Amino acid sequence: MPHVSTLCEFSLQSSWWMPPNAAAHGVAVDRLMRWDMAAMAACFLLANVLLVWLFLRPRRAPSAPSTWRVELVPLGLLVVLYIVMAVTAEHLWARGRFEGAAPAALHVEVVAQQFQWYFHYPGTDATYGASRPQLVNAALGNPIGLDPADQHGKDDIVASELVLPVNREVDLQLRSLDVIHGFFVPEMRLKQNAVPGATLHVHFTPIREGSYPILCSQVCGSGHARMQARMRVVSPSAYDAWLASRAKRVAQ
Amino acid sequence: MKDLSAVGRTRPSLLRSIFTTDDRAIGIHYLLLSLIAVAAGTLLSLAMRTQLAWPGIRWPLHGPMLPEEYLSLVTMHGTLMVFFVLTTAPQSGFANLVLPQQIGARRMALPWLNALGFWIVALALIVLLSAFLLPAGGPIAGWTNYPPLSAIASAGPGQGGGMDCWLVSIGLFCIGSWFSAINVLVTVLSERARGMTLGRMPLTVWSWFVSSLLILLAFTVLFAALLLLFCDRHFGTAFFIPQGDWISGQVVGHGDGSPLLWLHLFWFFGHPEVYIAILPGMGLASSLFANFSRRPIVGYRMMAGATVLIGLLGFVVWGHHMFVSGMNPYAGTAFALTTMAIAVPSTAEVFSWLGTLWGGGLRRTTPMLFALGFLSLFIAGGVTGPILALPALDQYLHNTFFVVAHFHLIMAMAGAFSIFAGVYYWFPLMTGRLMSERLGRWHFWLSLIAAYGTFFPMHLEGLAGRPRHYAQVTGSTSSLASLLPMERGVTWAAFVLGAAQLLFLVNLLWSARRGALAGDNPWLATTLEWQPTHAPIRVERGPYEYHSGTSDADFTPQWETASQQE
Repeated sequence: MPHVSTLCEFSLQSSWWMPPNAAAHGVAVDRLMRWDMAAMAACFLLANVLLVWLFLRPRRAPSAPSTWRVELVPLGLLVVLYIVMAVTAEHLWARGRFEGAAPAALHVEVVAQQFQWYFHYPGTDATYGASRPQLVNAALGNPIGLDPADQHGKDDIVASELVLPVNREVDLQLRSLDVIHGFFVPEMRLKQNAVPGATLHVHFTPIREGSYPILCSQVCGSGHARMQARMRVVSPSAYDAWLASRAKRVAQ
Repeated sequence: MKDLSAVGRTRPSLLRSIFTTDDRAIGIHYLLLSLIAVAAGTLLSLAMRTQLAWPGIRWPLHGPMLPEEYLSLVTMHGTLMVFFVLTTAPQSGFANLVLPQQIGARRMALPWLNALGFWIVALALIVLLSAFLLPAGGPIAGWTNYPPLSAIASAGPGQGGGMDCWLVSIGLFCIGSWFSAINVLVTVLSERARGMTLGRMPLTVWSWFVSSLLILLAFTVLFAALLLLFCDRHFGTAFFIPQGDWISGQVVGHGDGSPLLWLHLFWFFGHPEVYIAILPGMGLASSLFANFSRRPIVGYRMMAGATVLIGLLGFVVWGHHMFVSGMNPYAGTAFALTTMAIAVPSTAEVFSWLGTLWGGGLRRTTPMLFALGFLSLFIAGGVTGPILALPALDQYLHNTFFVVAHFHLIMAMAGAFSIFAGVYYWFPLMTGRLMSERLGRWHFWLSLIAAYGTFFPMHLEGLAGRPRHYAQVTGSTSSLASLLPMERGVTWAAFVLGAAQLLFLVNLLWSARRGALAGDNPWLATTLEWQPTHAPIRVERGPYEYHSGTSDADFTPQWETASQQE
């Protein structure tokens, strides 16, 4: 079982913060996360220190603090904070999600089923072969139901790990055969549900070579916790070599 | 003399006291039902925590816990706590106990409907728990029950009969809750005493009123969704099952349904639901802060307005549960903005409470301790709200333990602390006696520390990428094994939290029989449930007329009129 030792490598380094980022957009996500967490942690601490002080101080006659001072001014300050948080975060969200991937992006289809992830590469013709649920049969080597009658499917590669070249944008199209699953790669700062009956796109650029866990983040049945796969980000040449070896296997 | 018997004002026979239409007795019935549900829900969570800390541990007479058994515990825990504890106790329980008195009414407007509502909710609880008796066990899809997992029996163990039990139970719960809500709405609108204008209602009454409106609207949509899902399961429809859906080797999707439709319907109910759970606690905290600071609440009008505003905005934020669900990303932005907007009235309430405490002299009674604990936990859970409201950050945090920490602090813990505050505060109305302050203080401090110990580390687990609904973090394919020590720490804290509740049970039993006699108005409160006689009155003043923090006696209760006051 060489698997177990490799998997231990990407076991999370620290349990106090997010695992190290490995995606281009993650730099901004991490910065925003740090600032917003710090701001909110400060609010929490201030309010609770005030609460403890109010609790411990000796009993006194009630005063009538001005509503302005105790209520409207701090409320105004927090509203400004909320607006700043919303605007900065919406910029980031819009950049990542309002538009699709660039035309040069690498395309991979992610097919989820209880309790496996499959990764479908379109092959040299750059076109996904058609698939039908009636043809799904993992035991016969067709886990996503590719239609043998479709010429586009002849060169398609179906893998159980997601291998990607570093520094190239990738456009994942997610679908699910059965129930809703959640495609979650912590190091890529990315999560998107895979919904049966729909095809959903996400795009990102891995910027660091390595092996990262892919988790299922939407409860999908008894095997939910073990529905895990690997994303391997490799150099462009290693990616080409992997692709060639898989293509040869398909051709045989 | 005020009759303080637990069953009501006429001392009827046992059978009549069980099937009573007396509102105070129904309130106590609801609280007892919640006590059963919270005990069951807590035991389930402790079993889950045990499994997470020591994966694969062998249970007596059972062996190791299977993943699907873990998931059925999660599902039942969430369902019990959200519906049968956090909705039932503060809304139906406390409202029945004190709402009629607080507005100077002699009784609830619709006593028969009220009693019927309780029995339907009790039946719902029985139906839900009976799922555990089925051979395949309880449902496993979590309390949100996303289809097709919840629509197709072969999608998992427990998704057959167990899931049907869930649907029937929650359907019944919807009906019972409507009856209770209609009763509260009609009572507030038509039974108020002379002079009890809207602007003189205690903030608890405002909360119950708004929550009841939310129940009517939100549970109606949930009921529709339940019906559609039931039809998908048994009558061949396909509201939620997409074309070509393939489960366990078979194509089951023959219609053209959309799983996302369920998410929209469910969360259109689900988000107002969390406000149904917490608004009564917020109203109660306001009253207690005024009472035990001996001063009026800061900004009464603003508080009532904020309660209504939170109720309204609560209907337009449901999409923040769906940022990564496949919903249009532009809609994600819109829901992020509405969610940031709802943070404003919530923050305003917090400042109003802090301002009230700031200006007053604080009495450290047990109900006040729990109200302060409510505030601390409400802030702790509240500060992560604006973070989760941002889709750019939620695309990492969604469905991790960070979310589990957030809603357990703000809804479960703040909610539970407000329920405890209410029980300690209103116990004299139920029994004529006060609860033990000494036991109460121990109960409070242990619970507060253990609550933070249980739920604070979950933020860190979530940041580390730990998803929800995993029966274990270890195993040959898991990348989360380094979190095991933290899982154990959380479990130990949860054990302390659970054990601390035994003090509460002991206190309840002991004080009901041996507690100090309370007298007429033990907290020197101003609101009408403490009026010594039930003589009809004309209300001439607001609910929180406290004048001085030094003297306990310097207050004017709402039942006092100008002539009485000289």
